Amino acid sequence: MDFVRKLGESGIRSLLTLGRMGIFLAKTFAFSVTPPVKLSLFIKQIQFIGFQSISVIFLTGAFTGMVLGYQGFNTLSRFGSDAFLGPMVGLSLIKEMGPVISALMVTGRAGSSITAEIGIMRISEQIDALELMGLNPYRYLIVPRFLAALVCLPLLTAIFDVVGIFGGYLIGVKLLGLSSGVYFGEMVSYVEMKDILEGLIKSLNFGVIIAWVCCFKGYYAGFYTGFGAEGVSKATTQAVVLSSVLILVWDYFLTSTRIFM
Amino acid sequence: MIKVQDLYKSFDGAEVLQGVNLEVGTGRILALIGRSGYGKSVLLKHVAGLMKPDRGRVLVDGHDMGRLRGGELLSIRNRLGFLFQSGALFDSMSIFDNVAFPLREKTKLRAKEIRDRVMVELEQVGLLGAEEKFPSQLSGGMVKRASLARALAGDPEIMLFDEPTTGLDPLTGQTILDLIDSCHERLKFTGIIVTHEVPKIFQVVDAVAMIDEGRILFQGTPEEILKSENGTVKSFVTGGMEWLTKDAECYADSMDKIRRRKDIHEL
Repeated sequence: MDFVRKLGESGIRSLLTLGRMGIFLAKTFAFSVTPPVKLSLFIKQIQFIGFQSISVIFLTGAFTGMVLGYQGFNTLSRFGSDAFLGPMVGLSLIKEMGPVISALMVTGRAGSSITAEIGIMRISEQIDALELMGLNPYRYLIVPRFLAALVCLPLLTAIFDVVGIFGGYLIGVKLLGLSSGVYFGEMVSYVEMKDILEGLIKSLNFGVIIAWVCCFKGYYAGFYTGFGAEGVSKATTQAVVLSSVLILVWDYFLTSTRIFM
Repeated sequence: MIKVQDLYKSFDGAEVLQGVNLEVGTGRILALIGRSGYGKSVLLKHVAGLMKPDRGRVLVDGHDMGRLRGGELLSIRNRLGFLFQSGALFDSMSIFDNVAFPLREKTKLRAKEIRDRVMVELEQVGLLGAEEKFPSQLSGGMVKRASLARALAGDPEIMLFDEPTTGLDPLTGQTILDLIDSCHERLKFTGIIVTHEVPKIFQVVDAVAMIDEGRILFQGTPEEILKSENGTVKSFVTGGMEWLTKDAECYADSMDKIRRRKDIHEL
């Protein structure tokens, strides 16, 4: 009987959390499209989420492209199809690996610190102070990060893709001896605009997921995870895990249903 | 005017407030005293509209804080100042920016006017010269004073203080109380001070309420609480040292005299 009660309680709690997350996202959307938008805070977040992530995106993009170059060449050459290395690297990066790995990198680098920063503001009553000044915390804390993530994720993904393609080029052409014209020529033939749009739409979706989950976990730090430093650390861990899982699940959903394609 | 009517609040089954009734007249200050964990700060957060009651109402100038939403709630909060126990300063901003923040965001003052205003506020709390420092570089007393300057920058009509002197040495604590007193003289706000600073706080306030087991056990003037015969009230005021009762009575008499002299002076 006790087991059933606990199961019911946890079910209701999960539903309440889901509802709260839904309301949080709806409010964020609503405040994002209604003025005033705090421009200086938005630019600051672009700098933090976007500019400061460039180096990690550059590095991961380069090595992902290089690994794809190696593995792709080895696999394709077994079937005598090594000429298709360019399209393989390009399509893999543009449609899947670019959006997904960029999003996972941004989650780890920027998402965790978004949760920690907002969480510390929550437990040290700084968010309450904002509210008591008659100011809307969503406009100051959530909307700038949300909009910045929407702008930065596609741009970072584009950088990841370009760097990755050149990583593949470096291995396939410079190291393994494929012709440069074949690498890029076949890529141009097989990669279409809709593939690029697919990647762009995915990265926009992942931007929403990162900002939504990480801001929510920080905003309600203490509410679900206990108070104090431990509460913030748990919230940060949960934010990173939940956004990463959601990114992968949503990626599968988008790919399999082709809902936006 | 602040009116609390039959307020109930519980957390995970623990009844913290069990029918609180309280009234603070316009322009008056009330000290809310009571043992730690008995719901003083919870009551204060209900007055600020940060918490919603399970039952009962909190009326601020006739507005039910538990039911206000959106623009109405913002307009009440624009008239309200809150001094947090922790200070709640924005730790990524300097002291100057902290005090200037509500002015920048809520008024159309020019940069120079804001600067002048902030400097006046900082001078009043004795923090001139510390404006470029960050909250983490300040002592507890300085954080409280900076927080007071920020709360007062918007000329609030209602001020709520959550343990303004807790954790401070007696001299710094007295400085904070003097500051509250002088700011009240200047702004004539309606205020509630949650405090353990008994009997010092009685010099500053017009009324005292003691909360005990979720209810208001006593409400009256400082003189009345010092002469109260209720055992719990008496032992709280004397800190459990009953032999201080005589001292408390003397203190009440001398406060009475000071207050009368002050009234004559004001006339």
